[in-house]
Amino acid sequence: MQKLTKEIQDTAKKLLEENKVDLVVGFAKGSLPLRSTPYFARTAEQAEELVWNQFCENNLANYLKKREEKVAVVAKGCDIRAIVALIKENQINRDNLYIIGVTCQGMIDRNKADELVNGKEILETETNGEEIVLKGKDLEQKAKVEELLYDTCTRCAYGNPVIYDELIGEEQPAKEPNFEDIEKFEALSAEERAQYLAKEMEKCIRCYACRNACPMCYCDTCFVDESTPQWISKRANSAKDNLIFQGVRVFHQLGRCADCGACERACPMGINLSLLTRKGVKDVKETYGYEAGLNPDDKPVLSDFETDDPQPFLMKE
Amino acid sequence: MIINKSEIAGLLDNLVKEYRVYAPVQKDGIVTFEQINEGTQAKPGATSKKPPKEILFPQSEELFNYQVDSQGLRMEDKIDDTKSVAFGVRPCDAKSMMLLDNVFHNDEYEDVYYTTRRKNTLIISVGCNQPASTCFCTSVGSSPFDTDGSDVLLTDIGDSYLAEAITEQGKEFLCKLNLPASDDQAKTKAEETKKQAQLTSEVDTTGIKEKLDDMFDHPYWESLYEKCLGCGACTYLCPTCHCFDIADEAKDCAGCRVRNWDSCMFPLFTLHGSGHNPRTSGKERWRQRAMHKFNYFVERYNASACVGCGRCIKNCPVNLDIRQVIADIKAQDTGSEVS
Ligand code: SF4
Ligand code: SF4
Ligand code: SF4
Ligand code: SF4
Repeated sequence: MQKLTKEIQDTAKKLLEENKVDLVVGFAKGSLPLRSTPYFARTAEQAEELVWNQFCENNLANYLKKREEKVAVVAKGCDIRAIVALIKENQINRDNLYIIGVTCQGMIDRNKADELVNGKEILETETNGEEIVLKGKDLEQKAKVEELLYDTCTRCAYGNPVIYDELIGEEQPAKEPNFEDIEKFEALSAEERAQYLAKEMEKCIRCYACRNACPMCYCDTCFVDESTPQWISKRANSAKDNLIFQGVRVFHQLGRCADCGACERACPMGINLSLLTRKGVKDVKETYGYEAGLNPDDKPVLSDFETDDPQPFLMKE
Repeated sequence: MIINKSEIAGLLDNLVKEYRVYAPVQKDGIVTFEQINEGTQAKPGATSKKPPKEILFPQSEELFNYQVDSQGLRMEDKIDDTKSVAFGVRPCDAKSMMLLDNVFHNDEYEDVYYTTRRKNTLIISVGCNQPASTCFCTSVGSSPFDTDGSDVLLTDIGDSYLAEAITEQGKEFLCKLNLPASDDQAKTKAEETKKQAQLTSEVDTTGIKEKLDDMFDHPYWESLYEKCLGCGACTYLCPTCHCFDIADEAKDCAGCRVRNWDSCMFPLFTLHGSGHNPRTSGKERWRQRAMHKFNYFVERYNASACVGCGRCIKNCPVNLDIRQVIADIKAQDTGSEVS
């Protein structure tokens, strides 16, 4: 990781010094253990603050939309999928973007770490390759990094960036996308599914961190914020309305969601949002053989039409 | 007085018969302040994810119902005067209620919904033996055993709590419980416990109000908001944030006026009917958040609208740390330093 950090800093410094870009968007050290924080470097000196580690959980594609200046971004596999999708939607100008791609083995889920130490407070961490030590007052817990990764990361098959201008890190072994979580949920009865979703949605406080953290959510006015007509209640204590919010969000993400998990990571209430987003990802993949943000040259799937497209929603085939 | 920990559940069971009782409850890995029906549900000593301010100022509350029919207009106020007890409140959260009192009950205005609940709710706090690394209450005028805003303060002394009445209502409440008196040993233990509760996080807030007086047009705001997502996590989970929005939910001739929490971090917060928005970007919004907490509120009520609970620090999706913001503000050059 230190090696990657150094390479990122050097690349960023060079780009800034040679005036190839005005800004490098990356990560800096966070103020809490298990956290890194999005960082905007505009000078070579600031570029020295850039870091790379397994706490770089945010999707930085979010910060690249509608920028006028020349920007470089330190981007992992899922950030790049979102970038590709956003280029297609004319939200990012590829000519003004320099992609420092970083190969990714997955990011650490701070909630899993907290669960592991059972209510104790983690004050410090030490990573030695495959292993991480979580330290605190009367606490020294060793864990395998692999076991603490975000679920979205363990199921992700795109740790190797699909496009980049420069690649940092070692190529990751190829993996197949894995939808076991969704298959398990699909196997439940309609009632059980409804119950589970109601329980999750009860926790929602309508802070909209999920929507705002999502690189693909960029409507000028989100339907939940409209008041004439008011599509859904503004009350957070209405689990049904909360589900409509997430449901519409997922529908709006069909064929666009980069399956990055940024929405779920942002949720302060620990709501299982990837269950909904990934159901959309799986359905689009199964129906059209399409996954968002993988191929810079194809058309977004729902903007395209072939006469032999399957239409199971129109008639039983 | 002394309450044995093993008797807490039974005590709460008795209270439930007489009061609506709220306590920290652990569900799905998250601690929330909820109404309990049984004492065993309570987890005193745990800090809730969402602050207990919602007991007095719910995230969504129906203010009144209305109906128009052949007999004319009928309105029904929804004022809640149920006798309640909030058990296991953190001292910072109790302090925040005192700050909220200023907003909802002052010379110009009384919010009858809030004040009725406030008058009918007893606040039983539990001091913090082990403050978290994100707590910085002592930097903003509070402390792990602060009594401000509490009716009773409990101190965890091992197998039991030492209970101190802070207000007259607290005294009456404790008398009714028929608890054994505390002996000298328990009192000494409580004193020691209070002394050893050390905070590891500190930030110097002296003079921040005066500093901000000169900072409205400062370039600092240009960089502060850059990584902020403009969500409501920090404001909704803050015990002292209190902005709200009013919505009418009506169908045909009947409806209901609802008050919902709002957040200054949302673009909609200041959007005018004309379409004009005086706070066009995250820059103006974050400036408002900082100014409201450390300047406007100080000017009006002589206290900062932050009690140092650390919730916004822990829950911000991009790790924007308010302690850093305070330190940064203090470090800015405003050109009018006397030093
Ligand atoms: S919906 Fe969630 S998983 Fe999909 S792109 Fe947005 S943030 Fe990523
Ligand atoms: S981030 Fe979580 S709590 Fe906030 S609106 Fe989204 S689902 Fe609800
Ligand atoms: S929680 Fe963080 S990202 Fe969300 S509005 Fe507050 S500072 Fe911004
Ligand atoms: S601003 Fe942050 S630390 Fe201060 S009271 Fe609010 S949530 Fe707690």
